[in-house]
Amino acid sequence: MKGLDFDWKPLALVPLLVLAALPLVGSGSTWVTLTVAGLAMGMIIFVIASGLTLIFGLMDVLNFGHGVFIALGAFVATSVLGAMGDWTGSQEMWRNLLALLPAMVIAMLVAGAIGLAFERFIVRPVYGQHLKQILITMGGMIIGEELIKVIWGPQQIALPLPEGLRGSLLLGDAAIEKYRLVAMCVGVLVFALLAWTLNRTKIGLLIRAGVQDREMVESLGYRIRRLFVGIFVFGSALAGLGGVMWGLYQQSVTPQMGAQVNILIFIVIIIGGLGSTGGALIGSLLVGLMANYTGFLAPKVALFSNILLMVVVLLWRPQGVYPVANR
Amino acid sequence: MSANLLEMQGVHTHIGAYHILHGVDLVVPRGQLTMLLGRNGVGKTTTLRTIMGLWPASQGRIRFNGQDITQLSTPQIAGLNIAYVPENMGIFSDLTVKENMLLAARQAKRAEQMDAARLQWIFKLFPAVEKFWNHPAGKLSGGQKQMLAVARAIVEPRELLIIDEPSKGLAPAIINNMINAFQQLKASGVTILLVEQNINFAKRLGDTVAVMENGVVVHAGTMQAFAQDESLQTSLLGLAL
Repeated sequence: MKGLDFDWKPLALVPLLVLAALPLVGSGSTWVTLTVAGLAMGMIIFVIASGLTLIFGLMDVLNFGHGVFIALGAFVATSVLGAMGDWTGSQEMWRNLLALLPAMVIAMLVAGAIGLAFERFIVRPVYGQHLKQILITMGGMIIGEELIKVIWGPQQIALPLPEGLRGSLLLGDAAIEKYRLVAMCVGVLVFALLAWTLNRTKIGLLIRAGVQDREMVESLGYRIRRLFVGIFVFGSALAGLGGVMWGLYQQSVTPQMGAQVNILIFIVIIIGGLGSTGGALIGSLLVGLMANYTGFLAPKVALFSNILLMVVVLLWRPQGVYPVANR
Repeated sequence: MSANLLEMQGVHTHIGAYHILHGVDLVVPRGQLTMLLGRNGVGKTTTLRTIMGLWPASQGRIRFNGQDITQLSTPQIAGLNIAYVPENMGIFSDLTVKENMLLAARQAKRAEQMDAARLQWIFKLFPAVEKFWNHPAGKLSGGQKQMLAVARAIVEPRELLIIDEPSKGLAPAIINNMINAFQQLKASGVTILLVEQNINFAKRLGDTVAVMENGVVVHAGTMQAFAQDESLQTSLLGLAL
């Protein structure tokens, strides 16, 4: 019964887009390469966007400063990976992967800690005031970017992939970059953990209920503010992780990278339905695939393509593909 | 132990620029069902929300079990064993019936940890809750949602139930079912404060009554006396009922 009730149409958009791109791209091997690249990019965006959509869903907080945690995570990774040159330069894949692990964990810890301060001093005074939230969180991001410049300098810094993750695997004639497979695996792992937490634990139940009707959750005796602080820290940590992945994807980091990715993330959470984690996954995959297909087919409209995608989705479903009930 | 479980003294509530409650005095006797009646817009819902701390009182005192709860937050008030069912029922539509119930069971982390005997008692009161246990709550009818809302409020023993218009928009058969459930709840010793527009529903259930007008309680007494005084009913409640 539950399965029959599930709304499959938005989920079908992803394979539809993939199949629609095949005749347009023409070459099967290029199509495979682009599709894997799109899915990898989508999963990285999902890692970043999932925290933001929960932050908005739970407390109606429009955090335009989310991007600063992305940049922070990426810069922390440059320092950690830079200090692990022996490991990243090794030809052995397991040593490369083990080098990524502390980079990701430390980036998450730093981004989470800064997220805690960001919530306390920047977001908390403007609960319920959307205009002020937009202004103050954007201000917070600008300050964050400047602090990053103070610590790491204003220049672009290279973030090379560990030795064993460079290059591609060949699947027939299709070249698939190794790192993209790693990024997909990390994205799937994060999604699985998130889905398990949201659907199998009491804390997840509280989050899902809070996204729908936080006042009722409080009336049941739960302190949703505490839950929100936890989600904010968790969302910031995920953005930090996403920053590491995005930096490695681009193989360079700049203090402004968070602001650039921010645009994609907001497109994703609007497509997905504000507060919807499942929607954020669909939105992320669509955005990642669309960016890669249009980047190949019509580079001049690549930037515009995701906005067009958002417009088309909103014309179909004005509340996003998986709108959250009661909102 | 005081005879009154809940006492409000001179409670004022402002919502933004609007002054809604103008000094509400209300007592809810322990173990009884108190009906809060009045025309639309007189402040009944605001009174309930003020008790729950959802709209904090700007003046006056609210005492529960002798403890001043005026300045407490909503979760703290709910933590004192007070359950609240709002007018819109507060059902989480995206969650299943089971998940809605589990959420209200603060002591349980998993469905299996909920009190099985109490659940069986609830299932007898509200069979729809058991029938649609694994269904999304958003798919239930209005009456079934109301049953779920009340069932959720009693999933663990509570000292006070605060319920806002449980009969609103329900079919007569479901109202009878609801009356039967409230009678059993009363018999179990729970104290209930109920806002109602349906005078017949109120007469069949209420032990005591308070009637509001323009943000104050203008009449308080036993339901028996109120039910027998038609002129008082007409003057306080009008013909709309």
